[in-house]
Amino acid sequence: MSMLEVKDLEVNYGMIKAIKGVSFHVEAGEIVALIGANGAGKTTILHTISGLIPAAAGSIVFEGNDVRRIPGYKLTGLGMAHVPEGRRVFAEMTVLQNLRLGAYTRKDSAETEETLEMIYQHFPRLKERRSQLAGTLSGGEQQMLAMGRALMSKPTMILMDEPSMGLSPLLVKEVFSIIEFCHSQGITILLVEQNARMALNIADRAYVLEVGKISMEGKANELLESEAIKKAYLGG
Amino acid sequence: MLDFLNTFISGISLGSIYAIIALGYTMVYGIAKMLNFAHGDVIMVGGYLVYTGMISWGFNPLLAILFAMVGCTILGILTERIAYKPLRGATSNLAVLITAIGMSYFLQNISLQIFTANPKSFTSVVKWEGISLADGQLKIQGVTIITILTGAVILLALQLFINKTKAGQAMLAVSEDKGAATLMGIDVNKTISLTFAIGSGLAAIAGALLCSAYPVLTPYTGAMPGIKAFVAAVLGGIGSIPGAMIGGLLLGVAESLSKRFISTQLADAIVFTILIIVLLVRPTGLMGRKLQEKV
Ligand SMILES: Nc1ncnc2c1ncn2[C@@H]1O[C@H](COP(=O)(O)OP(=O)(O)OP(=O)(O)O)[C@@H](O)[C@H]1O
Ligand SMILES: [Mg+2]
Repeated sequence: MSMLEVKDLEVNYGMIKAIKGVSFHVEAGEIVALIGANGAGKTTILHTISGLIPAAAGSIVFEGNDVRRIPGYKLTGLGMAHVPEGRRVFAEMTVLQNLRLGAYTRKDSAETEETLEMIYQHFPRLKERRSQLAGTLSGGEQQMLAMGRALMSKPTMILMDEPSMGLSPLLVKEVFSIIEFCHSQGITILLVEQNARMALNIADRAYVLEVGKISMEGKANELLESEAIKKAYLGG
Repeated sequence: MLDFLNTFISGISLGSIYAIIALGYTMVYGIAKMLNFAHGDVIMVGGYLVYTGMISWGFNPLLAILFAMVGCTILGILTERIAYKPLRGATSNLAVLITAIGMSYFLQNISLQIFTANPKSFTSVVKWEGISLADGQLKIQGVTIITILTGAVILLALQLFINKTKAGQAMLAVSEDKGAATLMGIDVNKTISLTFAIGSGLAAIAGALLCSAYPVLTPYTGAMPGIKAFVAAVLGGIGSIPGAMIGGLLLGVAESLSKRFISTQLADAIVFTILIIVLLVRPTGLMGRKLQEKV
């Protein structure tokens, strides 16, 4: 059974049909990329998987749980984490408070402290700035915080929504190496990216989304070679 | 000088009551993003519950206050569940505002039915006479001292709760971003219920103190202090807990001093003038967050 299985998903915003029958799956241990132009519906899909917005039709099953039947906040406890578009760190709270909120659903405090130490090791910047308000961090630091915060819940799967958005090339590289680090920890990743080349480089498989529908899917390395993809998403 | 000091101290005491009420306004606003105009009437209900406990059932004051707190907490949670929650996410904030105003009248009318419009004379929950300083020239009533202390204790306890407990941190998270809070695994509905519970429990304490200082209780007792506390919350910066405290104290002192030294009739006008001036200079209130631009 797949870790995440989305079938015939439809999502509407009022009268607007944003997602028009999308099916895909993510297996445990994979990195799966979801690429597509602005407005294709990538964020909408992630929000629906996390239970932030309701689906109009179709099914979403995460680790055997019917996501449409459980309230969104319960998914965190089931092992799903979400690094949202635009980071959405809690700007008025400190870096440490943000990280601790990431562990909101965890009971074992000793283990939580271990995770915190691990995150501080990988993000020394966050340790340095742990008492600083998150809103005063730079964009790159906020992205690290959003990722650290997601890791604090000890997830089995992370949904990442354009983690490289608005970052300098150097930071983009860093973000991708963090994604690989998460993956090396055994975490399954569903990655939404505009930066199709980088995403396809680290992904196992990928889906291409075009105005609410999947137009192409396949192994990431094969998609990298595809003429259509090259033209539309890789700049020639 | 002593006259001034006396007036000032009673202003601080009145201000502490405003502050305790304002805390409820500001927390609910900060977390549920709504103005709960029925909050003032919860104070009145609290007053009646204390009155019923003490006079009709012979509870001691502390037990009567506890009883009122439990009653108001339940009332707060129920109003939120029944009246406000169904409207959450509604397209218009006006619907929620109008519902809150309706809830205010509802509570007043229910109290009219049960307790009639005849004023009840309230016996103070504070039996202590107070202290007398400067050869008896400066008398500070027990209820004044207890009110000020209660305000301070509540502020400290709330700050500790918000900053040191998981539930408090969840409240901060929900006040900033409900979606992101949900992604952390926080039950937003439960957090909002908790906020109403705390605000209403505090309103019961405010009711007991208010009726002890001004011992006439009618179904309309909560209306004016409710509005003043709302002003205090806005003055301090709505959404800010220290702001509610400072706003409340400032308002209480300004009102007492104006009443004593300028004019009893003009006191309320002066209070509102202060509000308008502060808002002209600092539109977000004294301690209000700067309006942040979202990227
Ligand atoms: N809250 C909303 N109300 C109405 N329409 C919306 C809303 N959010 C998104 N949409 C619409 O749904 C479609 C998909 O939007 P979505 O944000 O999912 O795209 P995206 O693929 O994430 O784009 P981007 O790469 O720019 O982030 C768009 O046409 C958008 O205008
Ligand atoms: Mg998006």
